[in-house]
Amino acid sequence: MVPLSYYLVLSGILFTCGVLGFLIKRNIITIFMSIELMLNGVNLSFVAFAAHWHALSGQIFVFFVMVVAAAEAAVGLAIIIAVYRTRETLNVDRVNLLKL
Amino acid sequence: MAGAVNLLVQSHPINSALSLIVVMGSLAAEYLLLGAEFLAAVQVIVYAGAIMVLFLITIMLLNAGKEERTKGSRVATLIGVPGVVIGAVLVAWTLLYRSNMQSVPIGALWGAPKDIARLLFHDFLLPFEVTSVLILIAILGAVVLASPPEAVARGARKDG
Repeated sequence: MVPLSYYLVLSGILFTCGVLGFLIKRNIITIFMSIELMLNGVNLSFVAFAAHWHALSGQIFVFFVMVVAAAEAAVGLAIIIAVYRTRETLNVDRVNLLKL
Repeated sequence: MAGAVNLLVQSHPINSALSLIVVMGSLAAEYLLLGAEFLAAVQVIVYAGAIMVLFLITIMLLNAGKEERTKGSRVATLIGVPGVVIGAVLVAWTLLYRSNMQSVPIGALWGAPKDIARLLFHDFLLPFEVTSVLILIAILGAVVLASPPEAVARGARKDG
């Protein structure tokens, strides 16, 4: 038996690491990976609550979050490729103009 | 958790991606402990497999090197790190000492794939189908965004 709050704290730590990486990283790919980390932290709390309340719909929600994350990753990486093709850089501080 | 910290510390994107794979794998183990074996399998296949391969291919395609430090990153570090740490400590303290949560049993195998499938294809059938349309749109958008602009213009001319 593991207390539910341990899972929630771990999920909070993962989410915090994601936020931290989102703030301090300058590489656009690493920022994207931080977003994935945040999604995973939320997923963990979903599964923990589903196990706690014996409700399967929590797991269904995690499934949908994963689907949306996959779609988002595909589109986001395509955007990153398009940005790199026009700017020749991955640093977010150099991408400061909407139109070249 | 060590993998998550490593993701932040590493300056090279490839190392960050590999530590993210470690995080995904340990999360799959957590799901197994919580009795969600279907989700553990999906986590390994979709996250650790598909999404991370996509990340690694992009990193190699764009030839990403070490990231350089700039002024903006220093400002974000100075303001962001203390705020985030304070928030995390507050949440952890509240969860650990201010809540009377019960324990969850390890390996409680009530989330069988059969039940999940029944729920997914009966109660959540409409959202499931909507996600298929979403995936289709995402694939089309990714192809259009990632293909070179000349190719897109050529295709538009051919159509019109």
